[in-house]
Amino acid sequence: MFNQIRSSVWVCGVVSVFFLVPSIAVAQSDGYRAPRTAEGTPDLNGIWQAINTAHWDIEPHGASQGTTRELGALNAMPGGLGVVEGDVIPYRSEALEQRNENFADRVARDPAIKCYLPGVPRATYMPYPFQIIQSTDHIMILHEFAGAVRTVYMEDHVPAPAPSWMGWSNGRWDGETLVIETEGFNGMTWFDRSGNFHSDGLRVVERISARSPETLNYDVTIEDPEIFTRAWTMHMPLYRRVEANAELMEFRCVEFVEDLMYGHLRKQPD
Amino acid sequence: MANCKAGKPGFQFFLMAVMVLSWAGTSISGQEAETDEYTVPRTADGDPDLQGFWSNQTYIPLERPDGVESAFYTDEEVAALEQGRAQGEAAQTTPGTIPDVHYDFTQFGLDRSQADFARNRRTSLIVDPSTGRLPPTNAEGQQRARDRAAAREGIGRWDSAEANQLDDRCLIMRGAGPPMMNAGYNSNYQIVQNRDYVMILVEMIHDARIIPLDGREHPAASARQWMGVPRGRWDGETLVVETTNFNGKNPFNGSSDQMRVIERFTRTGDDAITYTFTVEDSGTWDAPWTAEMLMTSTRGPLFEHGCHEGNYGLYNTLVGARLEERQAAEAAARQQQQR
Repeated sequence: MFNQIRSSVWVCGVVSVFFLVPSIAVAQSDGYRAPRTAEGTPDLNGIWQAINTAHWDIEPHGASQGTTRELGALNAMPGGLGVVEGDVIPYRSEALEQRNENFADRVARDPAIKCYLPGVPRATYMPYPFQIIQSTDHIMILHEFAGAVRTVYMEDHVPAPAPSWMGWSNGRWDGETLVIETEGFNGMTWFDRSGNFHSDGLRVVERISARSPETLNYDVTIEDPEIFTRAWTMHMPLYRRVEANAELMEFRCVEFVEDLMYGHLRKQPD
Repeated sequence: MANCKAGKPGFQFFLMAVMVLSWAGTSISGQEAETDEYTVPRTADGDPDLQGFWSNQTYIPLERPDGVESAFYTDEEVAALEQGRAQGEAAQTTPGTIPDVHYDFTQFGLDRSQADFARNRRTSLIVDPSTGRLPPTNAEGQQRARDRAAAREGIGRWDSAEANQLDDRCLIMRGAGPPMMNAGYNSNYQIVQNRDYVMILVEMIHDARIIPLDGREHPAASARQWMGVPRGRWDGETLVVETTNFNGKNPFNGSSDQMRVIERFTRTGDDAITYTFTVEDSGTWDAPWTAEMLMTSTRGPLFEHGCHEGNYGLYNTLVGARLEERQAAEAAARQQQQR
């Protein structure tokens, strides 16, 4: 049964990816070809960042009231047209209820509030830079938020040895495109601040290519048959941090959440 | 990451015996002799290639132990020392005692006798001064130590999360550095390079050191970080990394936030990097001092160390401490009533 679901999702995924090809092709239609590394692979090295509202909500949304009264306008959610192909995430009905409960209770439930490793692809479009360091056997994707690290194995592909927060990433070059397949998630991360979620059966396929010297195309397909009726895709550009002194800073956020997480266990004065 | 082998003490001793016997015939200083002839491999960009998985695990202490005069042990002394330490690590705690409330290092392959570790015959990591000991802490350093102690006075380790030790809080390992001191276990690193950066991933708390090689300056003094801000360059075959801008909240051996650490990484064999570091901190020591460690290749890959995410220990110990206080208060109240 599970296999049937899985294979039908596969078919849907393949079909939907097929239909996406024209729009992706449009994005690349200027025929930009990335410079090459010394080894001859497309050079995607750099410090990159998303500029959109996907970290608030990956689906289209209007501006709305924030969760923290004291922060007023600074914590209110800005509107955005979303990054999901077809606008709507194809949740199964129970999963949609779960998403809505997550949204209502997001201050308590959003794992990123606790400085937990944010998972994939959420880490990519959080409002923090990340750096790609490209080598032969390994491509490192290093995130400022929580110091999250992904090692993309370009050689020695093995299945995920155990579940983890950032998953296990195997990569390959498909012409101009770096294709990363990530599995082995622990099911405890979200897609955004609006309660969009997945299970530990998540499989993420990212396609990253250069669209100009200072921008990347980022396309990511999500498969999780327990939660979604079919595979679905998000796209967005990523922008190079072009400042001469651009540098990932430490954002060791554990320090900033200890009072939130453990403050109730503080020793009370006698 | 660690090489997990069977955890029965008997098997451990067997392993150690095999290890010691098989190794007794080889010269520990062999690695040093290799340096002269070794041709450092190059990356596609033409730089010395430091990439791979490495461990700086060792039994050698930072400072030469009391009573040891020589800078080097004999092969026999090293073997005996390592065997003794390995036996100590493999010793089992008594069920039902406080020390037993911890995972079993041996069972999870975390003790040093089961991991790859770098060997040489040095009696201390410190090579300069020649005493193998830290220079005396100067007056400013002593005052800082007193101030730090005073700030902690009356605060119990379990009073709050913030009162606990940094590594128990999964904030940063005390030896995360730089300099990169080995930890009790998982002293593993992955080095990945491109033309413009060297990245050193520290397994513990997935700390990635991203070292730019483009000659940029250190940032303004107001931009301070736990692990400082590193700047790297190639000096012939050697990667030189200078780190400043520490925030002083994880002080290395009582150092100040003015500390400057100069690290040098030189590949000396397919399986070896010689790692030296010099610490300059005139607010703590009147003279710089230098230590040398070996890094030995180890089997990858590194696995995600989601320390904070799984930090049940911190939560549970705080819950336990509050429970003990409540029980003590209740007992005191009962005693009061009985009087």
